[in-house]
Amino acid sequence: MTFSIYDFTSFTQSVDKFLYENLTPFWALIVEMTIIGLVVLVFYALVGLFLVYAERKVCAFMQNRVGPNRVGPYGIVQTIADLFKLLMKELIYIKNADKLLFNIAPFIVIIASFMAISAIPFAKGLHAIDFDIGILYVIAVSSLGVVGVLLAGWSSNNKYSLIGAMRSGAQIVSYELSVGLSLLTIIILAGTMQFSAIVAGQENGWFIFKGHIPALIAFIIFLIASTAETNRGPFDLAEAESELTAGYHTEYSGIKFAFFFLAEYMNMFIVASIAATVFLGGWMPFHVGGWEGFNHVMDFIPPLFWYFGKTAFVIFMMMWFKWTFPRLRIDQLLTLEWKYLLPINLVNILLMAFVVLMGWHF
Amino acid sequence: MNSFFKYFTDIFYAIKSLLTGMKVTGRYFFSPWEIVTQQYPENRKKLKMFDRFKGEVIMPHNERNEHRCTGCGICETNCPNGSIEVVPVRINMPDGKKKRIIDKHIYHLSMCTFCALCIKTCPSDALAWGQEFEHAVFDRTKLTKILNQPGSSITKDIEE
Repeated sequence: MTFSIYDFTSFTQSVDKFLYENLTPFWALIVEMTIIGLVVLVFYALVGLFLVYAERKVCAFMQNRVGPNRVGPYGIVQTIADLFKLLMKELIYIKNADKLLFNIAPFIVIIASFMAISAIPFAKGLHAIDFDIGILYVIAVSSLGVVGVLLAGWSSNNKYSLIGAMRSGAQIVSYELSVGLSLLTIIILAGTMQFSAIVAGQENGWFIFKGHIPALIAFIIFLIASTAETNRGPFDLAEAESELTAGYHTEYSGIKFAFFFLAEYMNMFIVASIAATVFLGGWMPFHVGGWEGFNHVMDFIPPLFWYFGKTAFVIFMMMWFKWTFPRLRIDQLLTLEWKYLLPINLVNILLMAFVVLMGWHF
Repeated sequence: MNSFFKYFTDIFYAIKSLLTGMKVTGRYFFSPWEIVTQQYPENRKKLKMFDRFKGEVIMPHNERNEHRCTGCGICETNCPNGSIEVVPVRINMPDGKKKRIIDKHIYHLSMCTFCALCIKTCPSDALAWGQEFEHAVFDRTKLTKILNQPGSSITKDIEE
């Protein structure tokens, strides 16, 4: 078994071979799925905890504050303490709530983001499942989360929850279009929907540089639309603290609330990693076509580092948006999508198709 | 045609105004030395309150242990909460006259609303604001303070 931080293919294949040699194919598959499930679960929890801490610190610095700094050095244990607090809180059962839907809703939200994460390539060979329609799968699965949000709002028997959920529904139906179309722009350039092929296609330059103007426009539109899709500020009408207390998760407490909370941050991570993979090259180091020496130097930095660096950059951009801009009204939200983003996006796809047709990309 | 141009100018104006906002928050993010939050218990030793801070009412004494209070009782009359009690005494002056001076200037911090009426109305500027703000005590009798120091007397430069 060889282990290399630059290429995980031989490592994962040797684990796969070992399991199939020692077990029947059925049990080998079950064990593999369990291992991947556990790895993703641990990753999920760690990333969620870290992102909550990062969000609080970034927000604090942007508002000239210090942020959490009491629990542990620089407050790094704060989110773990918060997690234990949430785990120990009482689960309150709402009178006249639809019990079944009320209990299912947080699981739908969290499973949707859980399914999306499995299709994302973290490094070469570190990729749970490589569909040849990877992008389509991620778009389909990540928008399932809104079903959970709608169920939560409907079953809580609370007007604030219902209004929040309905807003979330309207928002996702609108912005899903922009997310899909901006990714489609890059699919035209890449010529494939498979994540591994998209990353491999960026070996001599990331798509945001290769597709220059239309790719840059698509990237900006994707950033805006995906911020809206994850229900984050300035598009957080679904939970609008100042008017709807907490929107669709007003009635949830304890670990069920934690599920919604965690799913929100994981959706942000997933969206950021899609942006990083599709536009910024995923785990692919910064390469310039033709510059062999420069590309070799960049190859020394491990792919995991590149991947997390780019994702962190996109996440930071999204946090920057959230803590700078005021929340949009529902009519402004829909105007932005239907009158600005969608027409620009359609023209942009046409432009990209023309650029690809004429061979004007790099 | 006009509305066609307006559509695009709107977009550019919107992007410009968004970037203006992001510049402000971005500058704050990258300049952590501008943070205004006080790390209170840690910076206790070097914490200096601002000049106009209303900590408590004090009676300044000079280096010869002299204060400026004539014992007129205006502060006691003006206090809306009755948190000041002036206890005067009459003493015989060497020239045979009698003079009213203070025995005790009692200040109940527990009743004070920090309205500053006593300080503003004092004709001889005998009272002032102190900077002390850590007033927590275990026994509320400790909040009753005698502002004039033991053995102090009135300064000579107060006009009668």
